[in-house]
Parts: sequence; C-alpha cells; structure tokens
Amino acid sequence: MAYRSFVLICSGTGCESNKSGVIFDRMAKQITEKGLQSEIQLVKTGCFGLCERGPIVKVLPDETFYVDVKPEDADKIVEEHLLKGRPVKNLVYQYEESQKNIKIENIPFYQKQFRIVLRNCGVIDPENINEYIARDGYKALEKALFEMTPDDIIEELKISGLRGRGGAGFPTWRKWVFTKDVQSDVKYVVCNADEGDPGAYMDRSTIEGDPHSIIEAMTICGYTVGAHQGYVYIRAEYPLAIRRLEMAIRQAREMGLLGKDILGSGFDFDIEIRLGAGAFVCGEETALLASIEGNRGMPRPRPPFPAISGLWGKPTVINNVETWASIPVILLKGGKWFAQIGTETSKGTKVFALTGKVNNSGLIEVPMGTTLREVIFDIGGGIKNGKKFKAVQSGGPSGGVIPAEYLDTPIDYENLQKLGSIMGSGGLIVMDEDDCMIDIAKFYLEFTVDESCGKCSPCRIGGKQMYGILDRITKGKGELADIDKLKQIGRAMQKASLCGLGQTAPNPVLSTLRYFEHEYRQHILEKKCAAGSCKELVFYTINPQKCIGCGLCAMKCPVNCISGEKRKPHTIDQSKCIKCGNCYTVCKFGAVIKG
Amino acid sequence: MAKITLEELRRLREQTKADIEKREVEGKETLVIVGMGTCGIAAGARETLKAFVETIEKLGLKDVVVKQTGCMGYCYVEPTVEVVMPDMPRTIYGKVNADVARKIVEDHIVHKKLVSEHVMDKPAADIMK
Repeated sequence: MAYRSFVLICSGTGCESNKSGVIFDRMAKQITEKGLQSEIQLVKTGCFGLCERGPIVKVLPDETFYVDVKPEDADKIVEEHLLKGRPVKNLVYQYEESQKNIKIENIPFYQKQFRIVLRNCGVIDPENINEYIARDGYKALEKALFEMTPDDIIEELKISGLRGRGGAGFPTWRKWVFTKDVQSDVKYVVCNADEGDPGAYMDRSTIEGDPHSIIEAMTICGYTVGAHQGYVYIRAEYPLAIRRLEMAIRQAREMGLLGKDILGSGFDFDIEIRLGAGAFVCGEETALLASIEGNRGMPRPRPPFPAISGLWGKPTVINNVETWASIPVILLKGGKWFAQIGTETSKGTKVFALTGKVNNSGLIEVPMGTTLREVIFDIGGGIKNGKKFKAVQSGGPSGGVIPAEYLDTPIDYENLQKLGSIMGSGGLIVMDEDDCMIDIAKFYLEFTVDESCGKCSPCRIGGKQMYGILDRITKGKGELADIDKLKQIGRAMQKASLCGLGQTAPNPVLSTLRYFEHEYRQHILEKKCAAGSCKELVFYTINPQKCIGCGLCAMKCPVNCISGEKRKPHTIDQSKCIKCGNCYTVCKFGAVIKG
Repeated sequence: MAKITLEELRRLREQTKADIEKREVEGKETLVIVGMGTCGIAAGARETLKAFVETIEKLGLKDVVVKQTGCMGYCYVEPTVEVVMPDMPRTIYGKVNADVARKIVEDHIVHKKLVSEHVMDKPAADIMK
C-alpha cells in the first residue's frame, strides 16, 4: 500500500487542549467517507513548536502548514486539499509582514532554529516505535552495545562537551564517570522529568513528542555505568506525557529493547515510571530521589553526590529529559559534530519555552550562543501589540530578569549567570512596558515561598520575609531601608540555603533590584507604579475636558462609584473605587486617566 | 511481538525508513504534479495519481515527490500531469490514464525519454517570476 499524502496533526498538550484530537477524528472519518484511507496517512505527532498558532496541521509532500485549525475546518481540508488538491488558503500560515502564504521552509519562526532534542517532535508518531526506529532510533544503542566500550562512550560525551540541561550545567560525562568508577552491586539511572517552572514545558513536549529517545539514552547510560534499572520521575500533572512514555516503554519491552539480554548483547536494563505529586522542590535531585524512595521530597546536603550515593544509597546517574534526548544523537553523529555547535563553554543546542508578551509563543530549540534578540525578535516575532520590550525572565523562579541593554548577549550558561540570571531548564518569559518588575519579583517569590519544603531556615524564613517586604512596597507602604534589607536577606539565602531552591529563590528579586532599582524607589518614594499593575498605587480619574458624559463608564462600573449628569463630565469616587480598570478600558474618548 | 535480534532491528529500520522518507521533500529533485481540478478528477486523475504513487513505490524511486495541484487549463486533454526533473525539459503530459502514468515513470523518470505521444506542452511562462 502506498500513501500519496501525509497529514501530520500536532497532538502535544497545547494543541490537544485546542481540540486537535477532535480534528484528527473528524479528518479520519472524512477520509474514510471519501475513500481516501489507502492514499492518505494521518499521523499524530508531537509539538511543532509554534504553539501560539495551534492546532497545527501539516500536509506533506505539499508542505502546507495550516494553523489555528478548528474541528469544522477538518472537512474542508479533506474535501478541498486532500481530494481536489487545492490548499485551503485562509488556513495556511501567513507571515504578517508579507501577508502571503509561505512555504514551511521559509517560516521565520524556524529560520534560526536547530533541532537536536526536538529532532523527532512534529515529525513522527510518538506512539509508534517503528517511526522512531525509522529515524535512526535505537541505532545509538546498537552502536553502544556492540561497537563501543563504556569508556568509549564517556570519551564521546566528553568530546561533545554536553552539560546538564536541567539548569546547573554540570558536565554530563563527569557524572557518568563518577558512577561508573564506584564499586557497587547495584546502580541506578534516573531521568528527571519533574519540570516545575511556571511557563516551562520543554521536557513535557520532548516526552510527548519523542519518548523513545529518553528510553534509548537511559539504556545507553545503564550499559556505560553498569546499572540495570532506570526510573523516570515525572509529575502526575503531565498525563499525556506519562501515557506516551508508558506506551513507549511497553513497546520497547515487547521488542526486547528493554528487559533481559537486549538485542542478544547479554545486557539487561529496564525502566519504571515514578509519578511526582507536583512539588517544585522535587526537581532538586536529592529531593527527587527521596521521593522515589517513598519518603517526603526534601533535599539533603551534598556531598555525597547522587553519582556516588544516590537512590537507596546506591550510585545513581540523574539527568534531565533534554540531556537524555541529546545523547543518542551525540553517539550517532559523534561528539565532535555536537561540539561544533554552540559557544566555547556551552555546546549544542538549548530548548526554550518562549512565552509572555511575545507574538510567537512556543517551543523552540536554538544553538547555544544565539542572542536573546534573535530569540525574541526573529523567532518570537517581537512584542505583542507593538509594545516596547522591557525585560526577559530566564530560568523561572530560580532565574532573573535581563533588561533591553543586554538583548545582544549570546545565550550560554556563563553569560546568563554573569547577568544575574541562570539558564535554568529553559523557560523564557518576555515582558513589556506594562509589566511592573516588583510585581514580577513578587510573583516568583510567592511561588518559591509556597514551594519551599521548610527544612532549612534561610529558605523558609528568608523567603517569607522578602515576600512580606515586596508586598509592602507594592502597596505603597515601603521604606527606603527595605531595599538594603532585601539585598541582605537575598544574599544570605543564596549562601546559606540547603538546596538549589533556596539558593536561587532570591534571584528574581536581586536581579530586578540590579536593573530596575529606580522602579523600587518610585514605588517607595513617589508611591507610584509606572507600569500601572500595582493596584494600590494606581488611581483612575476622569479628565473633565475630554469626558462627554456618555455614561458608559458609570454603567460598566461594578461598584457604582462613577457619577455625573448626562452629557456633563463624570467623576470617580476614590473611596469606593476597587481599581478594576473597567472604566479605563471602555472609555472611547481617552477621558479616563490611569496613574 | 517476539523479541527482535540485532539483524531484525536493522532490517526493520531500513524498511520503515523508506516509508518515512516519503514524507520528506528535502533533497528530492523530481516532481510529478497531477492536475486535480474538477475536470481532472472527473477524467480519472485520482486513478492517475494512484498509479504514479504505486509505480514509484514499486520501482523504489526515492527522490520523486508526487504533488497535486488545481486545474492546469488543458481541460480538453485531462488528466494532465507536469513532470519536473533535472536534465529533462519541464513537460506537461495530457490524457494520462493509469497506464500512461506507469509509462511516464518508466520512460521519462527512469530512462529520461519523453513519452512523445502524450506530450502536450511546456508550461506557460510564469509572469510572476
């Protein structure tokens, strides 16, 4: 049977929640009704990356890229495109400047991307092991088992320069060597898929789109360090990723790519999934291991590092999803090939979840050393609604903000650290002029205070105190001395906290203080929030010269605090105003002033 | 499914690779475009398209893409097919039924020989270029 056309439908979580599953079923039904089922193959794939415009449907070999597809469009695509060969023009992706339907290879979103980790995302059906195998899947495992010694593998990783993608950037080969060289009857391999940063979904998408790459890499690691059991620790909030991974593990077992005597090599390895309940601290490796053991997820002091004494006290290699997904490629293409990509100290590529006030929200993968400007303006398509770029937040609650003057900084581990942020797992949240930096810092701190496990006092108490100060400042009750207090507590937390969570929790505050101290001062001294997002510091008034007395604002005011005669200027009763901003939004004459 | 051996895995990879490569367009230099306007379909263009895909598959030709397009304007000789490939002139064939389609693959694409009795034209100049 030969297919003439292939329809790839994104079934990542983003598109799925926008009914891509319904689109799939409807297209399948239409295709059967039209008798095309032997000519056209429908494939559910992982994430295409351009999540902003999902659900995405791609038709090959025509290379048509449909965006914002609705279930009712399914019939039209089948009827017009698949049956009659006429692409449905109004659904084809248009790049704003040219307003022309463009070819996939010319979409600006993809121009600067380089996909290693996401090599199979949006290309294959993640639920079908054969498609992974077709794209050189399990070939790296073959090579490792039959052509390489454990030392060869470590040497290749060393040449590649791969560093942990979970955030800290520790050289992967070193971790492996530690575990390999320890004498122990039992060793473990663990995949950290406990992705918890707000707005980050790199790991989820990787597992959803290409689960076998994780299985293959963990098996290679088991062979290298002498482990026979692997665990994937993934949060229960990722049902689709879990389902795909379970399915992949089952398929691999059935084929004998997991289990006893893999491919007749004599090597045994198997993987189990452990679900996390969604505590942020469990992304920290020692807390994660405690959670797998069935204990409360709390970190412990290091050393000893997990590589020496990890799960149940046994040597354990623990790497992040993205790190794992890079490894089969490194073995197949060679460490040298991988090391050509990126910067002096940071090799390869990095996946980012680009979100916030940017036109093309989505999942992207770029070579290390790509500048923030390229990421935000070339790939991300610039700031929404033509607003001005203010800052970008990297590394989630553990990271910091980077202001406009550093937009041309090449992204790598060291550069981001120098700027007071971190690479983190790869969330990038873009902020515009309407975002108040103190409010942002408060948001992240609230998150880490909430997620702190409470074991060590710098994190438990320090976070709470800093949050209290920020809260006061946003309510106009701050004092100048607060700025120094914030810095002092923050530095103490960085130095004295037990684990990464506490050590990095002050970063959002310290980095906003570093670049936007004037905003803090404005809040404290002038009791003013220039971005207009701190409610207590915003007042709405009506300009009597501009108000024509139409009464629309009074009608929309939920607390009836706007009054005035018809066709005469209205006024707002400040004592009753709840600052919802309705009047500001509805006024057609620009008479309501926010300030 | 029984556990597979190394040999079987390699064989499976070769086999599935061929399937998945059909989706890719990159690096493929030969293009067969079948006119699938209403008149084309009425004249049997679907059968033609199928014949192309099947013959290409049968002969294991890897760098050929079969696409469909709307009406090419030669309604009197439907189904029409355009073939674009290196070292050969761009050619439009008319009255291409399934048998002719097979002949085009074998003669034109494999042996680089025009199927003269069905050549209609070269494409009209594209004024947008």
